[in-house]
Amino acid sequence: MMPKLNAPNAVAALLCAALVLLPVYSAVTGNIFILTLFTRIVIFALAAASLNLIMGYGGMMSFGHAAYLGVGGYAVGILAAEGIGSGFIQWPVALAVSALFALVIGALSLRTRGVYFIMITLAFAQMAYYVASGLSRYGGDDGLTIYKRSDFAGLINLSDRNQFYYLCLVCLFGGLYLIWRIVNSRFGLVVQGVRSNEQRMQAIGFHANRYRLVCFVIAGTICGLAGALLANNTDFVSPAVMYWTRSGDLMVMVILGGMGSLFGPVIGAIIYLVLEELLSQFTEYSGIILGPVLLLIVLFARGGIMGLLGRMRRA
Amino acid sequence: MYLVVEQLLNGLQFGLLLFLLAAGLTLVFGIMDFVNLAHGSLYMMGAYFAATFVAWTGSFVLGALLALGATLLLGIVLEYVALRHLYGRDHLDQVLATFGLILFFNDAVRLIWGPAGLALPLPPWLTVPVQIIPGVYYPAYRLLIITVALVVAALLYLVVMRTRVGMLIRAGASNREMIGALGINIKLLFTLVFGLGAALAGLAGLMQAPILTVQIGMGENILILAFVIIVIGGIGSIRGAFLAALFVGIIDTMGRAFLPDLLRKVLSGAAASTAAPAISSMLIYLLMAIVLVVRPEGLFPAAKR
Repeated sequence: MMPKLNAPNAVAALLCAALVLLPVYSAVTGNIFILTLFTRIVIFALAAASLNLIMGYGGMMSFGHAAYLGVGGYAVGILAAEGIGSGFIQWPVALAVSALFALVIGALSLRTRGVYFIMITLAFAQMAYYVASGLSRYGGDDGLTIYKRSDFAGLINLSDRNQFYYLCLVCLFGGLYLIWRIVNSRFGLVVQGVRSNEQRMQAIGFHANRYRLVCFVIAGTICGLAGALLANNTDFVSPAVMYWTRSGDLMVMVILGGMGSLFGPVIGAIIYLVLEELLSQFTEYSGIILGPVLLLIVLFARGGIMGLLGRMRRA
Repeated sequence: MYLVVEQLLNGLQFGLLLFLLAAGLTLVFGIMDFVNLAHGSLYMMGAYFAATFVAWTGSFVLGALLALGATLLLGIVLEYVALRHLYGRDHLDQVLATFGLILFFNDAVRLIWGPAGLALPLPPWLTVPVQIIPGVYYPAYRLLIITVALVVAALLYLVVMRTRVGMLIRAGASNREMIGALGINIKLLFTLVFGLGAALAGLAGLMQAPILTVQIGMGENILILAFVIIVIGGIGSIRGAFLAALFVGIIDTMGRAFLPDLLRKVLSGAAASTAAPAISSMLIYLLMAIVLVVRPEGLFPAAKR
């Protein structure tokens, strides 16, 4: 399938090129700050993309997606604290635990619909938050410092700024490719079918909840990977990663960029985090501007930035 | 034994306070089908208004009344300017828009009142302990909260069940289009309900203010608790919200009061004192998860649309 050349795709292609070339720009201008900012952005873009898989394509409005950031992060942090520094153990464990966590939450939450689903996912994330703040052995409320980043036996050095950035970028592109393949597969079409009409899909013989659950687990696992990256990026993991406002941030990124479009969440993450950063540079009170901007986007720009770009062509 | 009575009363007081918050939320949610995350911000604004007006007027009661009016007004303005355009939209849009409002209110408060919290001192006549049963003393202010909240709950019940406006509100909850078709000014009704919800949130905030410090973000934790309550109680059901609020208030308070001692019997002291608050906070979410798994529509679902 050859992607069509239109405004959203052109923007996405330019964006990918810019992200790939960013370390070069940073090295030439000596601007290290932009590289650290964008490392964070790329990680959150991966998390937002995974949320988009269930929210945009699956119609599952999870308000607890930040929990997987925490689960993945704590898996890395706890193993590191226990003296297991190898990334070859840490990362698979982080993915497996996130998947398991998503499986349990998904199996219970998918019994509900609509607002109740939003609330029950929120409740589970809050539970995870309180579990983490109760882990006195691993820092409790104060969080857990990771003294050494994941060790990949000399294959890649996570403490090197550029190498770590490219690792995050590879994870992001890998995640996006996976989501793209899933969405266009038979499985993905069933999930999208369930979103638009569950009864009809049931009637033609698909077990709707089973497809939903698998989709939910895949998204949780991808977000767990983002969590492992985030913990390595900040050398620190704390319960605050899982707080409900963090899940809200992820939702904002997805909706801002455009729900149900592949690159929407990436654009959303870039705009949201850059805006936050810029605003915080000239005012302490960034929320006074950011809040109403969100409100205006909801009121006047349905379908997010990608939706606007899509409409531009037709106008 | 006295400790148990005292903690039960504390739980009751907290539960009633949560009810005030949850009642507004469940009305707005049940009738307008509107998810208002900014409800917690109205609670916070109530507390800040109270701290300001009490300092201004020098009178606790006068300040509290002014704060109540101010929150009511704020709610109506908010509804009129922004939120009414979001009715009938996707829940997700509403979540996003009101999430934006939370960001706005938090930083607006930081700008106006500064990052440090405020204290709202009680007048001397409210700080004396009252003997409720022989040998058991209880702070007068907490008794006042219990009384006010019970009176408000009773009034709310009367208004919703016995008056014409209440009848319209209930009719709106079960079928919005139909009461619109019957010639009822639904926009006005919605503004009214939203204002009522805002005033209730403000009341909860200003009453809680002297017990906790008035600070930024105080609405966020308690908002989630209020959501848990309306989900447990069944969205749109005031009776459900009342029972669930008492339930949650008492579980939360009792858990915090007695769990550390219980845990100390099985765990080491340090581990127990960090684990206990976490576990008692979790209890509520666990309760909600169980309720939703067993009864996905809550305990007292309002009439089906």
